[in-house]
Amino acid sequence: MFQEKKRMHYQVEAAAAWSYYMRVRSMEEDQMERVARLASQSAVVIFSVSSCCMCHAMKRLFCGMGVNPTVHELDHDPKGKDMETALMRLLGNGSINSTAVPVVFIGGKLVGSMDRVLAFHIGGTLVPLLKQAGALWL
Amino acid sequence: MNSSSTQLVLVKRMGIYDPFHQVNMWGDSFKIDGSLNSIASPMLMMKPSMQNRTDCTPNESREPSGDDQESNDKADRKAQRRLAQNREAARKCRLRKKAYVQQLETSRVKLMQLELEIEKARKQGLYIRSAVDVSYMGSSGTINPGITLFELEYGHWIEEQDRRNEELRNALQTHASEMQLHLLVASCLSHYSNLFRMKADAAKADVFYLISGAWKASVERLFLWIGGSRPSQLLNIIVPQLEPLTDQQIVSINNLRLSSQQAEDALSLGLDKLQQSLVFNIPSDPLVVGHYGFEMAAAMDKGEALEGFVNQADHLRQQTLLHMSRILTNGQAAQGLLAMGEYFHRLRTLSSLWSARSCDPSFPIHHSN
Repeated sequence: MFQEKKRMHYQVEAAAAWSYYMRVRSMEEDQMERVARLASQSAVVIFSVSSCCMCHAMKRLFCGMGVNPTVHELDHDPKGKDMETALMRLLGNGSINSTAVPVVFIGGKLVGSMDRVLAFHIGGTLVPLLKQAGALWL
Repeated sequence: MNSSSTQLVLVKRMGIYDPFHQVNMWGDSFKIDGSLNSIASPMLMMKPSMQNRTDCTPNESREPSGDDQESNDKADRKAQRRLAQNREAARKCRLRKKAYVQQLETSRVKLMQLELEIEKARKQGLYIRSAVDVSYMGSSGTINPGITLFELEYGHWIEEQDRRNEELRNALQTHASEMQLHLLVASCLSHYSNLFRMKADAAKADVFYLISGAWKASVERLFLWIGGSRPSQLLNIIVPQLEPLTDQQIVSINNLRLSSQQAEDALSLGLDKLQQSLVFNIPSDPLVVGHYGFEMAAAMDKGEALEGFVNQADHLRQQTLLHMSRILTNGQAAQGLLAMGEYFHRLRTLSSLWSARSCDPSFPIHHSN
């Protein structure tokens, strides 16, 4: 009798833990999907934090090239923290940054953080990418 | 023998072996019983051991009167313990002193080594600040080992750089093969990578020191941009030295010049914003203790953000050099690197001449009238 009760209790606990885990995973995936959805809404999408100066530098870089990027300020978004973790996962361990922002998507595809953008720009591949996405004419 | 059985029960209840307490008990039972013979022998057994333990004064009563003897023993025990603790403390103090003296000795040796290194570097004509603060001193007056290491490594890097310049000059004059030139160019580029790696480590140690350019020669500091040279400036140094450029190369170089300019402007604007936010975050009234910690923590975050900017600037410099080497042929790349090396060497020489002029009043000064 007591053994049965113990087993049932254990099963209920395991089920509760599993459903919590699945909810957390689905939340993360929701944020990933949200990030991907926002990223494909415009030709150039920058995820930023309003107080971050490197984000400011990236915005000025694109504006200086004549591009009009769509900027999502994560600190003004209620789900901003989760989106930041999703972006961190996207950037992976290869990134030299300790922060998730700034991150730029061009034509819906992830380009990366500031160092990647600079590397592409110096290498001469950023402008063709922008033209292909329709963010730049001429 | 009722008394003995009750005494046994009492002993069991106590549970702890305490010879002196038992002596007391025996004494009590003696008083109760009034018969001396039953407890005489244990008392005789206890007495010699007691005498061995304590340093008996001649005045000490030899009568087995329990209470007095017990308090004497307690006092003796305390004295013993105090003496033992004092001995321990003295021993530990001696060990600590020995360790401290050893530490001093090793520091002295290190100091002598560092001074030798500095003398050597000074002979090389590097600009080093006055003898008052010969090595890097932070605002707190302590030496930052990361920065000291960086200064030493940078001295070695300069020597290595001059050597590579010599090799490039020889290779170009003797018309070396493509393969040789390619190898030389690759090794020069990796040498610059070493510099950027060293700078990244120094930025972690003290970003304000790095960004101030204090480690550079004085004339080099005229052209300082975020802890180093402007990439567009590097292009201006290199390009005039490359005579035969194809049209395709000219187009690529112009694109490179434009994109590096745009990147520089963006980073400069970001840095301006950082400077402004730093100014506004420093509390105007440091006596306001409540907010002080929070605002200073925010200011420390800005210091880390500054590190990010220095890293991005170095990344930009490295990318510019790499892309130039891709645009140019091996011979042109060798020419370009040599031109850059010579340019900075001239700046350093000018700096050391200038510092010699400032220090030595007898140095000939030409007045243009």
